[in-house]
Amino acid sequence: MVTTPLQVKDTVGIEAPHLERLFQALTEQGYEVIGPTIRDGAVIVGRLTSVQDLPIGWTDEQDAGKYRLKRREDQAYFGYSLGPQSWKRILEPPIQELWSAERGAKGFSLIPERSPSPSYALIGVRPCELRAMEIQDKIFLGGDLIDSDYKSRRDAFVVVVNCSQAGGTCFCASMGTGPAATSGFDLALTEIFNADKHYFVVDVGSVRGAELLSKLAHWPATAVEKEAAHQVVAETARHMGRTLNTAGLKNLLYRSYDHPRWDNVAARCLSCTNCTMVCPTCFCTTVKDATDLEGRKAERWKEWDSCFTTEFSYIHGGSVRATVKSRYRQWLMHKLATWNDQFDALGCVGCGRCITWCPVGIDLTEEVRAIRGTDSTARGETP
Amino acid sequence: MIQTLEPIIREHPFFHGLDEQYISLIAECATNVRFEEDAVLFRQSDPADHFYLVREGLVAVELMIPHRGYTTIFTAGNGEVLGWSWLFPPYRWHFDARALHLTRALAFDGKCLRTKCEEDHDLGYEMFRRFTQMMTTRLESTSLQLMDLYGANA
Amino acid sequence: MAPTLEHQVTETLSPQLMLPDLYRIQRLKMETGDTFTLEMIPDNGVSLSFLPGQFNMLYVFGVGEVPISISSDPSASPVIQHTTRVVGTVTKAMGTLKAGDAIGIRGPFGTHWPVERAKDRDVLIVAGGIGLAPLRPALFWLMSHREQYRKIVLLYGTRSPDDILYRHELEHWRGKFDLEIQVTVDRAASTWRGNVGVVSTMIPRAPFDSSNTTAFVCGPEVMMLFTVMELRKRGVTSAHTYLSMERNMKCGIGWCGHCQFGPTFVCKNGPVFCLEQIEPILGKAEI
Repeated sequence: MVTTPLQVKDTVGIEAPHLERLFQALTEQGYEVIGPTIRDGAVIVGRLTSVQDLPIGWTDEQDAGKYRLKRREDQAYFGYSLGPQSWKRILEPPIQELWSAERGAKGFSLIPERSPSPSYALIGVRPCELRAMEIQDKIFLGGDLIDSDYKSRRDAFVVVVNCSQAGGTCFCASMGTGPAATSGFDLALTEIFNADKHYFVVDVGSVRGAELLSKLAHWPATAVEKEAAHQVVAETARHMGRTLNTAGLKNLLYRSYDHPRWDNVAARCLSCTNCTMVCPTCFCTTVKDATDLEGRKAERWKEWDSCFTTEFSYIHGGSVRATVKSRYRQWLMHKLATWNDQFDALGCVGCGRCITWCPVGIDLTEEVRAIRGTDSTARGETP
Repeated sequence: MIQTLEPIIREHPFFHGLDEQYISLIAECATNVRFEEDAVLFRQSDPADHFYLVREGLVAVELMIPHRGYTTIFTAGNGEVLGWSWLFPPYRWHFDARALHLTRALAFDGKCLRTKCEEDHDLGYEMFRRFTQMMTTRLESTSLQLMDLYGANA
Repeated sequence: MAPTLEHQVTETLSPQLMLPDLYRIQRLKMETGDTFTLEMIPDNGVSLSFLPGQFNMLYVFGVGEVPISISSDPSASPVIQHTTRVVGTVTKAMGTLKAGDAIGIRGPFGTHWPVERAKDRDVLIVAGGIGLAPLRPALFWLMSHREQYRKIVLLYGTRSPDDILYRHELEHWRGKFDLEIQVTVDRAASTWRGNVGVVSTMIPRAPFDSSNTTAFVCGPEVMMLFTVMELRKRGVTSAHTYLSMERNMKCGIGWCGHCQFGPTFVCKNGPVFCLEQIEPILGKAEI
């Protein structure tokens, strides 16, 4: 065992079973360990008590409107791609009480809801998901106003897992968001699984990551091991399920408000909101005010919302976006065009969830391709 | 000596760009008129022999609706042109018009102008061009009024 | 209290941002059949400093919250007013509030009518229906700084003579200040001795210098579209034309995503927009 203290940017190796010690060390430090686990036939995000809770030896087959789990021939810990849930479940809970109020003689008094959120350790954050979190940071931490609740949750210990398998609908390579992460994490793991060895190549990304990793048995990664890790990621990048050409994308879409393709997709879209629920960057919420039957107590709750509902754009008299066409257009334009003007980045990270979980298999890479294909303006613009 | 109305016609935006020769032709059909407050300019089904160019004041174009009384459809104020029924047979007014305030206007003799337009189709084109534009503006405005934009479900 | 026109950058933490402040209703005044003005003061005595054109989120206990423009004189703070019509459950509940009742307020939010950019220029204000309410604070401002502006013209269109808002105030201003006011209605009985027709038709004849005018426009979107058309015809540039837009709002602080209008958030990039900025999408259906 090495005795010199670890530093940021160090790369070490750890035996796969030693991941259990990582879980223990995190728990000892007071973190609640959250990560991928199998429930109801899918890989979801939940509490992990041990490494055994991971989907060991499982993989998934994904395509437009299709998701199936399948047994692997090996016992890889992270041999699957993405499930329907993203880390926004943890960082912005789907339902949150904001405050409650009580009616009294002099009006009403407000009691803010202040249940402190636990310190989370997020295991198995994929590079695209990490990028999605950074994109959301711009919204909740990057402007004049700071969402302090989001800020404290965002302080979670992040253990990235670089992807050793490309999902059927993945296109992180097109979006520049993966399959490996280079910063923004505490630790980043690349799983190496071959006939004689099963280990992780670990990149240290932070001081607290270095401190935690020091508690585990590890060795300085050799050049061969580092190369093996690079090869795993390179191989993943070569097997992306989809591609998206992002050149001049924002302006292409700004030119295409009246493109006939919107009618085409509107004929298929059910406006079911699945895509917004599974998307790791979608952030829309609504506010619900409720009262008890006596009218003495009131509560305000914040809940996830979706631009695909007719209520979303309702102003006295009717909805601004009454047609499915306008709502699909709003979603896609926001994700790939207006987001850029709002937050200086594209809203899509290429995770492919919206393609997988759309009940009718709408594929936004295909929609963009169709719009670009009949765009008459000169191509090759810089975004 | 009768003061010529040519300067008034020449300066008016409605006749902007009209050839000098036509200005004098049109002036031959024009007279200065004045309506006291509440004076009636014309009533529905009266012969439509004139159109008016309001110089100063306000004229309400109204319709008498049984049980509801007189309802104002639109008003014509300073600088606005009123009346197109003189252009087409049977040359009868479709609405009533009443001066809301003391109003000074130029009244143009419809028969006189129609004759001149028949004689010179270029003049006819100039007049019809201007009236068509005025009518489309009026139609647009009326459509917006109809939409009840400020109504409860706007 | 003199409000400053400078944009304030503050780092504020939630949940404070979603927690209303308690205000007390001083009175409810019926303006027309379905439109009323609520006048209120803060329970804790702290004045709300706001700029003309900004809005608050008003909360009625147990019913809900709605965005409403502030319609009072900024210098009359701590007393503030909101004028609204009954359009849903919350505004209906607001309409039953009495003096002494409590109401919650979050704000002020949004951009303001840039009165500072209209200095030494003619100011043209075009209001349609309840659109006069968000412009009223700007009118107060202009009146109390009258010497900084050249001609001030208000063109106000509404449904009928019975729907004219702030009638006495308009007459007072007309009489007291160098301010040209022209009112028009969509429909009227013959007892109405004023203009009948949509407000945009008054623009061609209105007495302002197109080459040196700043225009503030507020009303139903269709009315604003036609007003913009007439302004363009007169040569008022997009850079000097400002509109107040409206969209569904839930948070008022740019986080819930509801108020998006193209790439803008109406709650923080608006509601007052320079026409130049929104011209590409203004009038496009279902944006």
